[in-house]
Amino acid sequence: MRYAAPTTTREAAALIAKAKGRAFVLAGGTDLLVRMKIGTIEPELVVDIKRIPATQSITKSATGFRIGAGVPTAAMGENNALKKAWPGVVEAANLIGSDQIQNRCTIVGNLCNASPAADSVPALIAAGAKAAIVGPRGRRTVAVDKIVTGPGTTSLKKGEFIEAITLPRPPPRSGDAYLRFIPRTEMDIAVVGAGVSLTLGPNGVVKKARVTLGAVAPTVVLVPAAARAITGTRLEDVALAKLAAACEAACNPIDDMRGTIEYRTEVAGVLARRAAKIAYQRAGGN
Amino acid sequence: MAHDTSFTNQEFKVIGTRPPRPDGVDKVTGRAAYGADTFAPGQLVGLILRSPHAHAQIRKIDTSRAEKLKGVKAVITSDDLPDLTNGDRAMLDILENCMARGRALYDGHAVAAVAAIDAETARKALKLIKVDYKRLPHVTDVDEAVKPDAPIVQPYVRTAGVQPPPTKASNISQISEFGHGDVEAGFAQADFIVEESYKTEQTHQGYIEPHACLASVGPDGQGELWVTTQGHFTFRNQCAALLGMDVAKLKVTASEIGGGFGGKTHVWMEPVALALSRKANRPVKVVMSRDEVFRATGPTSSTSVDVKIGAKKNGRITAATATLRYQTGAFPGIWGMLGAMTAYACYDLKNVKTVGYNVLVNRPKVAAYRAPSAPMAAFAVESTIDLLAAKVGMEPVDFRIKNAAKKGTKASYGPTYGPIGIGPTLEAVKNHPHMRARLGKNQGRGMACGFWFNFGGQTCTDLNIGVDGTVNLTVGTVDVGGSRASLSLIAAEELGIPYERIKCNVADTSSLGHNDTTEGSRGTFSSGMATIFAARDAIEVLRERAAQTWEIDVKDVKWEGGRAVPKGVRHSNLGTLTLEELAAASPNTGGPIAGHNEVVADGAGVSFASHICDVEVDPETGATKVLRYTVVQDAGKAIHPDYVEGQLQGGAAQGIGWALNEEYIYGKDGRLQNPGFLDYRIPVCSDLPFIDTEILEIPNPNHPYGVRGVGETSIVPPLAAVGNAVSNAANVRLTHVPMSPPRILKAIKNRRSNATTG
Repeated sequence: MRYAAPTTTREAAALIAKAKGRAFVLAGGTDLLVRMKIGTIEPELVVDIKRIPATQSITKSATGFRIGAGVPTAAMGENNALKKAWPGVVEAANLIGSDQIQNRCTIVGNLCNASPAADSVPALIAAGAKAAIVGPRGRRTVAVDKIVTGPGTTSLKKGEFIEAITLPRPPPRSGDAYLRFIPRTEMDIAVVGAGVSLTLGPNGVVKKARVTLGAVAPTVVLVPAAARAITGTRLEDVALAKLAAACEAACNPIDDMRGTIEYRTEVAGVLARRAAKIAYQRAGGN
Repeated sequence: MAHDTSFTNQEFKVIGTRPPRPDGVDKVTGRAAYGADTFAPGQLVGLILRSPHAHAQIRKIDTSRAEKLKGVKAVITSDDLPDLTNGDRAMLDILENCMARGRALYDGHAVAAVAAIDAETARKALKLIKVDYKRLPHVTDVDEAVKPDAPIVQPYVRTAGVQPPPTKASNISQISEFGHGDVEAGFAQADFIVEESYKTEQTHQGYIEPHACLASVGPDGQGELWVTTQGHFTFRNQCAALLGMDVAKLKVTASEIGGGFGGKTHVWMEPVALALSRKANRPVKVVMSRDEVFRATGPTSSTSVDVKIGAKKNGRITAATATLRYQTGAFPGIWGMLGAMTAYACYDLKNVKTVGYNVLVNRPKVAAYRAPSAPMAAFAVESTIDLLAAKVGMEPVDFRIKNAAKKGTKASYGPTYGPIGIGPTLEAVKNHPHMRARLGKNQGRGMACGFWFNFGGQTCTDLNIGVDGTVNLTVGTVDVGGSRASLSLIAAEELGIPYERIKCNVADTSSLGHNDTTEGSRGTFSSGMATIFAARDAIEVLRERAAQTWEIDVKDVKWEGGRAVPKGVRHSNLGTLTLEELAAASPNTGGPIAGHNEVVADGAGVSFASHICDVEVDPETGATKVLRYTVVQDAGKAIHPDYVEGQLQGGAAQGIGWALNEEYIYGKDGRLQNPGFLDYRIPVCSDLPFIDTEILEIPNPNHPYGVRGVGETSIVPPLAAVGNAVSNAANVRLTHVPMSPPRILKAIKNRRSNATTG
């Protein structure tokens, strides 16, 4: 196994593109090193991207935020501007693993690990986040919901990796939230996750919404029907019931040791309702 | 020298104080050496190949390619572990569990092993071993395994305990019955009868330290084993017997232990490590992965229990029965029998009958887990007791007080009790402020009792006084929960010197006579007894040395406050001689001063506890939050209250995990689906409230200080206490442990749909 720690994105992309065997990008390493240790993967090349300056910072601009691929999620939790703008994204990122894990793990790693249960991904997709991709043929930017194609697989081409995630500047009267269900209080994998991002009109009515679910299908699902169910409402009980029903209908989960189909489906509706209420409050609704 | 073991109600100076444990600094700084923390020159890495099948015939194992790999020093199969057990089937079972003999009996069963110069080579070698399996039908569920057409796990097993002895193989290895009176007549007198069936899933002790050892056997037949174990003497005896070694020529050293809870009471891969070392003629270290620990070691039984209890309107129980089916893994065990013995031990019953079934399944061999078998029986009985109390119209605690066993009660498992603590723990619960705390919406409170026998057994202890008057206390019981601190306190108390002047060591097997394993909550009880007597033995010598110095009769010398004091006015001019002075003079007064004791510590005092639990259940997700938890337990005498409280809290924490989330999940293919801490969910810190404790001290009449074992009973009530609390919070009776969110949500939904249709 070879280990490389280049200092530019171009160098990193070239290394990965030229690798003969399986090449892996190392950011926080909280998934990669575990898989190497238990022997499920045996990389030929590991490219550590943490020495690349562009991966190391959170920057705020007129259009929004740019979060580098090497930024640990704990640093997101310490960025007040980001927390104020996207509290749901930050709380999702700060649910991953434990405090120790959060000092290393990154949202890009969480995304590229391509688990249907990744905590930060439903929140990112609800927020309309984009991925800044670098590859041997240059750069491209795609919506986060286009990255994961199935459990463990992504749309990234050979040599490509994500340098940063960008989040738009939220419009006024916006709020987001993410909730997940785990049997414990921490150090666990979501049985179900639900992300909601919404913007209110001046009268407190939901003008625009995005609703996402995690761990109920092969990839995180964006549920337009759930968004429609609450658009034009003040989250009255009828609207919340429709939201829950739309979420349940969007579920295509599996039975496994973490939960049954029946359980995941029902709880998806419950969490979406609860997340919607939190997002609504954060947007200034009441 | 024979010593009186009776309780004497002596006054204590240091017993009951809370000095820091002597192993504490090493443990928090990382200096403590655990099973994987020792190294020998030229040591090899040992790895074990395990069956991916729940049940399979092993037609052939081809190790030739692995043997040829550069860096591989030994490859072994069961051929390298010949049967030397001379018809002792229980020993052969242990050997067969260490390495499959013709058939793999569970997912994770060892089939071959390699020793190589490094881990990478050893891993490659494992992949080069070709095993030709023929899959056989399997059974992993206890209720399925007792059906007449179930696949047979062990063809040699005939059900013991039935007449006439059966001739056909069965998965039921034993049926055992306990009780007295006439239960049919008792039920006829009852005004109310409750019958309910329960299931509990298999759990693992979850010790954080995996099994690990360093084995070394020379061509001269002498060997050494460094190992994480609860009983290095037992490990020595078992390994020597299985490998055909002389007991005296195998030195076993117990490392520090990162948790055992019963799972480290007998050998797993240690004979394999020794066999690898013998074949390679090099030291071999074997450290299990977490996956191996889950698949191949330690779990407790999954169970299925039917309970029936009847009571009169006045709240007096008239009859009680229970049928308890416990799976014992792929080898016979005693676990259903222990469940049947403990089920009703808390109660004073005229008519009681329990029947325990030990049932074989294609799962790992079941090992002891902290008061083994009692928690599941208590879950079934204590849940039913709550249901019956509600029918009678009594508070659960009052109903239990009314029926509690007391001194003179004939226990359901046979003996008649001496002074016991069940009544006092129940009264303490009734009077505890916890019982009066207000509950909010979706919250519920539950309580439950528990019992454990405790055990004494063989102990051998040395006490040696150094030239500066400091003392080495050398014991052979592994310290799993602070016993070095407790035993040092006892030595300090007896000798009358400060705790800090005692250094307690756990000696290797070549340094002391046999000591039984630290199990059955026996460590502080039995080694404490031996420490008292060894110290008194040394005090005899100290008195003699003083008498000799003063040239007076030893009868005229007493030992008081750490010094020899002459008795009577006649000798009042002699002053005193401190332990330090006597120690300093010892080279010229007869040599080293020492005490010694070997004892079979009979008379372990039975132990009782009552727990209170508050929970909140989310009715929309089935999630449970434990809000408050209180443990009340009789310790007999708490030598070091910190470590007694630690035991009470630790048992409760494990019990709460078992009650709510921990379970072995097997697929239809008979393979374990969650062999890791991610999906085998033990509680994390934030899952638990501070666990409050109240220690009662009802002296054990058979120990000089009144000590009872305290390590195990605390895991007995939690399944039921949590179950009763959850059932009250969710307004539906939960009968299946763990009460995971999906199970609770389903129960709530069933209750609602029954309410609408019914």
